[in-house]
Amino acid sequence: MQEAMINKAKQLLADGVVDRVIGWKRGEFAYDITPAVFTSAEELDESFVYDDFTAANVSKYLVKESRKDGKVLAFLKPCDTYSFNQLVKEHRVVRENVYIVGIPGGPKLDAEKIKAKGITGILSVKNENYTLKIETVYGEESMPFYEAVLDKCASCKSKKHVIYDELMGEEGDVLDSNRFDMVEKLENMTAQERYDFWREQLSKCIRCNACRNVCPACTCEKCVFDNPDSGIENKAPADSFEENMFHIIRAFHVAGRCTDCGECSRVCPQNIPLHLLNRKFIKDINAFYGEYQAGEDAVSRAPLNEYKQNDCEANIVHERGVE
Amino acid sequence: MQRIGVFVCHCGTNIAATVDVKAVAEALGREPGVIVSQDYQYMCSESGQNLVKNAIKEHKLTGVVVCSCSPRMHENTFRNAAASAGLNPYLVEIANIREQCSWIHKDIASATEKAIILGKAAVAKVHLNAPLTAGESPVVKRALVIGGGIAGIQTALDIAEAGFDVDIVEKKPTIGGKMAQIDKTFPTLDCAACILTPKMVEASQNEHITIHSYSEVADVKGFVGNFTVTIKKKARFVDETKCTGCGLCTEKCPMKKVPNEFNMGFDNRSAIYIPFAQAVPKVATIDPNNCMMMKTGKCGVCSKVCSAGAIDYKQEDRLIEQQYGAIVVATGFEPIKLDKYDEFAYNQCPDVVTSLELERLMNAAGPNGGTLLRPSDKTHPHKIVFVQCVGSRCDDSKGKPYCSKICCMYTAKHAMLIREKYPDTEVYVFYIDVRTPGKNFDEFYRRAVEQYNVHYIKGMVGKVTPRSDGKIDVQASDLLANEQLHIDADMVVLAAAIEPDKTARPLATMLTTQMDTNDFFTEAHPKLRPVESATAGIFLSGACQGPKDIPETVAQASAAAAKAIVLLVKNSITCNPCVAHSDELMCNGCSSCEKVCPYGAITYIDKEFKMPDRTIAVRRVASVNPAVCQGCGACTVACPSGAMDLNGFSNSQIIAEVDAICK
Repeated sequence: MQEAMINKAKQLLADGVVDRVIGWKRGEFAYDITPAVFTSAEELDESFVYDDFTAANVSKYLVKESRKDGKVLAFLKPCDTYSFNQLVKEHRVVRENVYIVGIPGGPKLDAEKIKAKGITGILSVKNENYTLKIETVYGEESMPFYEAVLDKCASCKSKKHVIYDELMGEEGDVLDSNRFDMVEKLENMTAQERYDFWREQLSKCIRCNACRNVCPACTCEKCVFDNPDSGIENKAPADSFEENMFHIIRAFHVAGRCTDCGECSRVCPQNIPLHLLNRKFIKDINAFYGEYQAGEDAVSRAPLNEYKQNDCEANIVHERGVE
Repeated sequence: MQRIGVFVCHCGTNIAATVDVKAVAEALGREPGVIVSQDYQYMCSESGQNLVKNAIKEHKLTGVVVCSCSPRMHENTFRNAAASAGLNPYLVEIANIREQCSWIHKDIASATEKAIILGKAAVAKVHLNAPLTAGESPVVKRALVIGGGIAGIQTALDIAEAGFDVDIVEKKPTIGGKMAQIDKTFPTLDCAACILTPKMVEASQNEHITIHSYSEVADVKGFVGNFTVTIKKKARFVDETKCTGCGLCTEKCPMKKVPNEFNMGFDNRSAIYIPFAQAVPKVATIDPNNCMMMKTGKCGVCSKVCSAGAIDYKQEDRLIEQQYGAIVVATGFEPIKLDKYDEFAYNQCPDVVTSLELERLMNAAGPNGGTLLRPSDKTHPHKIVFVQCVGSRCDDSKGKPYCSKICCMYTAKHAMLIREKYPDTEVYVFYIDVRTPGKNFDEFYRRAVEQYNVHYIKGMVGKVTPRSDGKIDVQASDLLANEQLHIDADMVVLAAAIEPDKTARPLATMLTTQMDTNDFFTEAHPKLRPVESATAGIFLSGACQGPKDIPETVAQASAAAAKAIVLLVKNSITCNPCVAHSDELMCNGCSSCEKVCPYGAITYIDKEFKMPDRTIAVRRVASVNPAVCQGCGACTVACPSGAMDLNGFSNSQIIAEVDAICK
């Protein structure tokens, strides 16, 4: 796939269709694949990477890239196209300046899950018939592919590209995913159990802002957490209230706009399952206002931005809030 | 440095009985920035206002907090007082310690504590208040009346009389409403049509009145003085401008088996029809669900016989848009459905009818030419039982909790008319109470009892059972004689409760007006502003606001017209300066605010910005039209970045209030 993508990019550059390519390159380790911009065939040959660790969603980078002169080529996985479409809807990207090539998505791998098996010093990882052959500084290890799949890929919602100019490979379908299972489990807890669960998770937060920085829904010109006038800026997780409120405020800010791309949990260095907060919102929106998938299209009105006469009444909070 | 004055009102004993006003004044006097804090018996009185004015001048106040009643009552009073003392009126804040404190609490200690907290919140807010200046916006000199019954017609006639253009939107093919279906009117027993139809004709001939019949309000935008209304003119498949109302098409139409709504389904009409002889506009309408041409494409008789060439099977619904300064709601009422009242056998027995059905049965233009016959076998009924309060004053889920108000009088009317015309008929009326307040109303009822010997029996009917011999067994209790009765009646007439028209609720949403739990429109004040809604520029006429008889409806219709005229004579109205504005440096251009704005006040512009890195970027940013914005604040909460803010109710002011309360 990587070869085909490099060739596609080179060709589009050569034909003058695009001026830049946004893709990925290797980071410090074999498994930290990072978004990067390429402007020439040489650069592509040298460092363009697309492998099982290439999970990063490049849609958010297009907020800035698409406003520059010229056209940028973006390789988007199915989940990334939802994020991109949502950004089109919010007028955050300039659609005309992006040439989208849809590529098949995951499942992608989670290095943390490999490390959890006690495999460290990873040099390279190869997928041989869904068995991972892992070369480490201590010798070769192996483990089943599916035991190392990212959580976000394990509950994949769609293999379909919702926006593209060109497709590589076969188009997939919207999937029946089990993504709300854990949310249901949380809903069935007592309030105290649920509080304890979230306290335990959120107390791990080191307030590194990675979740916000990676989130394709968090593209404000000036984030409220960076705005001295907002009254909530630059707060450190000095007490439990601050720890809780940062993530809850963020979940509210992206409610109805979050496409459930799962990047927040993927990048969290403390492994907090942040996506569960967003999924709770998505599940409730589906229940209250009818099925809605943010980013599915670029024109429809989001339920939280629209009033319909059959919308649920505010007292639903009381009805559902009781234990 | 802020110099804030606090003024705590006793409101006689309204506040002072439950709140220690002296303690409130003392506590708030210690708040930062407060340099004077006083209490007074009636702050809204001349001398109370002078207290405020003098303090502003003497202490050079930069902000005023009045702890008193709801801002709905006296905010303007104190704003004006401040303005006359040279302080910007928007530097005045009201802490509501009456409706939201003294009236709802009993314990003095806790009510006082709460009053102090509410006062602190207002002080915290006023610290952040900025002086605002109100602009003006023009008034469109045209009114819309929604509903063409007697209420709507009267309102339209009065507004037109004052020289303003007025449009009536009526969902049915003709104006006239319920009154057109009524036979005689109490307490004078004059013919309803004889007094209504001249008004209908007057409305149609008035040069200031445009009637949109067979039309509905599809959308309402804008605000007082400047409403933009989309009216859906439903396709009637007849060109209104060509049709002469000759009625030839209705005679020739081969499809004659459609139940006639006007006669409550007691007879049939043709698929192309004119509802009744005096219909206005007198124009035919094709009912597409029953027309053979529309259903099968075969027929076309009406278009062949129409010499005016008015038939147009291809006509489509049409949307027209019009500006209005004022809107009057006159959507009227409907009798409730009696599906849930099996005990009265309404669905089983054709001779059990509602009072409105009886009106048609007795009407000269009705199915029997004015002779009262049983619907089942067309024989004269000799014993008729009237049941009052069917669904009215009900405490169960089947009916309505309120009194429908008109039933006692129309039942007395029916009883009297029947006894007058058919003296051999015995008439029984079962009632809970007979309610006859109104000029000449009790006299009217007494005539029914004393002069016409109608049997009024206090008690409710328990069960109505149709018998195989055609009689109807009415089982009832006589509460005064304390005995059970069985009456073998020929007909039973049910005084069904009335409820607001079903179209009213979606309309209320469009108009952003309030309704009560029964879907009656809520007036701005139950005593002092009975014909205005709480939404500026929207007025209420007739039974849409509550059950009413004809004289009351007409009186209220004229009152609503007067209120609308008061608005229309003005060239401009003062705008609310508490409008939204966007911080362009923070705006993402995401359109969230535009989508939630109910007034269409937000547009987007591409604007050049000097970025921190000295480049110039063109960004899409929101722009608020302050003349259209009504300050509802929906955009401020929808904005993800916090770029939208509301003058007078800024995010920081609201947070300051919350902080003051939670401290």
